[in-house]
Amino acid sequence: MATGTADTTIGAARAASPTTQRVQATLARRRAAETRFRLIGLSAVILGIGLVALLFASILSRGLPAFWQATLTLEVYIDPEIVDVSPAPDAAAFDSQAAYEEAFLGWQTELARTNWGRVLRNALLAYLPPEAAESGRAVEGLIASNERFELRALIQEDPGLIGETITFQGLADANIDVWVKGNIDRSLPDDRLPLTSDQRAWVEILLEQGVLTQEFASSLLFNVDSRSSPASAGLAGAFVGSLFMMLIVIVLSVPIGVAAAIYLEEFAPRNRFTDLIEVNINNLAAVPSIVFGLLGAAVFINWFRLPLSAPLVGGLVLTLMTLPTVIIATRSTLRAIPPSIRQAAIGLGASRVQTVAHHVLPLAVPGILTGAIIGVAQALGETAPLLLIGMSAFVAQVPASPMDASTALPVQIYLWQGNELRNFFEARTSAAIIVLLALLLSLNTIAIILRKRFEKRW
Amino acid sequence: MNTVWLAIVVLVAMGFAYQFGTQASRRAAVSSATKLHSLPGHYGMLVALWLGIPALAVILLFALFGDTVVRSLVMGALPPDILALPQAELLTVMQRIQALASGFGVLGEPAAYELSAAERLRTLQTTRDLALVAGVAAAAAAGLVFALRRISPSLRARNEVEAVVKILLIGCSTVAILTTVGIVMSLVGETLRFFSYVSPVDFFFGTVWNPRFVTVGSGSADGYGLLPLLWGTVLIAAIAMLVSLPVGLMIAIYMAEYAPPKLRAVAKPLIEILAGVPTIVYGFFALTIAGPALSGAGALVGLDIRATSALTAGVVMGIMIIPFISSLSDDIITQVPRTMRDGSLGLGATRSETIKRVVLPAALPGIVGAFLLAVSRAIGETMIVVLAAGNAPVLQPNPFESVSTVTVTIVKQLTGDIDFASPQSLVAFALGLTLFVLTLGLNVLALYIVRKYREQYE
Repeated sequence: MATGTADTTIGAARAASPTTQRVQATLARRRAAETRFRLIGLSAVILGIGLVALLFASILSRGLPAFWQATLTLEVYIDPEIVDVSPAPDAAAFDSQAAYEEAFLGWQTELARTNWGRVLRNALLAYLPPEAAESGRAVEGLIASNERFELRALIQEDPGLIGETITFQGLADANIDVWVKGNIDRSLPDDRLPLTSDQRAWVEILLEQGVLTQEFASSLLFNVDSRSSPASAGLAGAFVGSLFMMLIVIVLSVPIGVAAAIYLEEFAPRNRFTDLIEVNINNLAAVPSIVFGLLGAAVFINWFRLPLSAPLVGGLVLTLMTLPTVIIATRSTLRAIPPSIRQAAIGLGASRVQTVAHHVLPLAVPGILTGAIIGVAQALGETAPLLLIGMSAFVAQVPASPMDASTALPVQIYLWQGNELRNFFEARTSAAIIVLLALLLSLNTIAIILRKRFEKRW
Repeated sequence: MNTVWLAIVVLVAMGFAYQFGTQASRRAAVSSATKLHSLPGHYGMLVALWLGIPALAVILLFALFGDTVVRSLVMGALPPDILALPQAELLTVMQRIQALASGFGVLGEPAAYELSAAERLRTLQTTRDLALVAGVAAAAAAGLVFALRRISPSLRARNEVEAVVKILLIGCSTVAILTTVGIVMSLVGETLRFFSYVSPVDFFFGTVWNPRFVTVGSGSADGYGLLPLLWGTVLIAAIAMLVSLPVGLMIAIYMAEYAPPKLRAVAKPLIEILAGVPTIVYGFFALTIAGPALSGAGALVGLDIRATSALTAGVVMGIMIIPFISSLSDDIITQVPRTMRDGSLGLGATRSETIKRVVLPAALPGIVGAFLLAVSRAIGETMIVVLAAGNAPVLQPNPFESVSTVTVTIVKQLTGDIDFASPQSLVAFALGLTLFVLTLGLNVLALYIVRKYREQYE
């Protein structure tokens, strides 16, 4: 680079040269073009970062409020007149398991026939003006319908509570939650509001008395999905389903992927067969995920007759999808290990299997783990193939085994975003997305830490 | 569960066999006063393999066929009038028999044939379990004895163990081939079945997509036209590329040529977060934020943009693809040799001129490759379009209207009940095959271009 003074001297000395004149005439324009280009580049980077920020900000701002939910804390008197059931059967009094189960079912039916809604309604009426007793249905509508079953489960667990007064925390109805959070336009005419004018007045009373509060929505994390009672719909079933699938993916794709990578990188001779394998892996890595779903539907469901909606099938499909990722990551890790290490081992008399097992693999472990985690993170967020193997069915149970019907976290998000109760589920879907993103982010952070910590530059 | 425990027992036994083998080889070396061919551990592993492989094979055989054999034996002994019952009732009978045999009991008085069948089932199950244990024990013992007797200092134990390891590795790497074969076979097989209902000409060149639910056999061929779906796919992919290519490329250029290392270290991972976000999240973002925003912006300038339209889906998909393009192009731009830049700068070009006239032309084949890979991602993408494209399979040129794509239609036709005998479901496989061939073609082309480019500089 010439200094400023030298520049002017040379410029002055050659002022006459027509080429220099022409160059100088364009200089300002060219420099402006340079700045412009640079600014365009910088703004593209800023746009990219801005999009990340927009995406996260919009999801967080919508989803975070859903982690707190309108909850009623009631003193509930379990009135023996309403809860009029015979004592629970005792297993020892029956001679066969089937007979006991029948008796127990009968008892459960008695419990189920009980009007739990009335028990809860009476509890609520204690806080409301006396004329509310006339519109019982509207009072019952304040509390999420699922809470009746929660109360029943409580009594089934401990029949001794009948006749006692207990403190019961129950979720308010989804519409109450939306109303309290101000997500309904309050200026709408009465007939378009989901709450009656009475209900709105009662909500104010309950808020004043501190009965209706915003509590942490543990239902979101620990409940299963629910159709009849949207306020208590939760992610537990989807979470366990995803967990089963991820376990299957880890157990299958990591050993198989690492073994395949080791073979291709360390042992395979260059011939048609290994070329074929390589071409296959590269192409599989770029096949759209939905095609793997078609494979799952045709092979696992139609040929092998595996059950629809089962995490087992989902896990197998996602394994096939993740395998190329694991193989490619492992191969590049193996390739980065310098040949001198192998040569030293072989020079000391180790066989090739020993060289790989004792020297190459231990060095490759961090890289393999990173690749595996990234693969699992990819599989955890995948939705499309799961829709094709029936995992989008409504499941109101936590799956007990990988063969039971289940959904997965991303599929639950897909199901919730389609729910008609838009006001409520938009926030709840965003909250589910936050849970999913938090999981993915922590997986990726682990991968980055592993890489930073153990990465070796040769 | 029994099989799992048995497998665990076998694994433990393999551990002991390893010990036996190691000790036996040491003794053999001492008694014959010669050096062992391999390390004692190799003899141990060989013995363990000889014990484990036959035993695990027996377990696998029983797991695959044991239940079927027992079931068919029990069914064979049922009275003929029961066997003549329809499938569903037969299933109930078998369940009752199983409940009786397991001691769980059934409700009501069991019939005589049920009791005898249950008795038979119980004996057969006991026999099967005994046979399994005996078979596993015999196979393990035979393998153990055989392997221990073979041990002598001249036995090439290491070579044999390594041969087994190698076979295992090769087996794992063929999974990739099997997956491709599975995809191709399932897609082609079901597509051929689809073409027995609808002629390929009507499918590939039809301009109307409106599959009606007709009864099997009377399948009318109209309404299965691929073109509207393909048009929607191409339209959305084109919009996505219009968004992502300029932004992604400018980010790559700025990162590779201008950005100071500190900015690069922060901005690159930040933008790559976009690549790790699950597509269902983008879909939700498109549906709830991008769609209404675009629609509002359109209303400001007097354009009628639907909230769920080709534009919404395309723009959001473009955002998703930005990091894909930017990181691939970044790698390619950095690979362009330093000398080429220096030559251009030395001749007096500004940096932007160097980039535009020297670096980009040199990197062009690689960037085209990245572009093609991104297009293949865009046409295979599912969840964004399922949520945000509006699903209107009509052949119309307006990007502000709703469209439908190949992937959306696959999901739509295969969600819920899968009936492998109706064209409504089977068409999904024909669409999947089209998608697979399209993406495969793009990937092969991209790899070809990238490979050709590499040969130029390395």
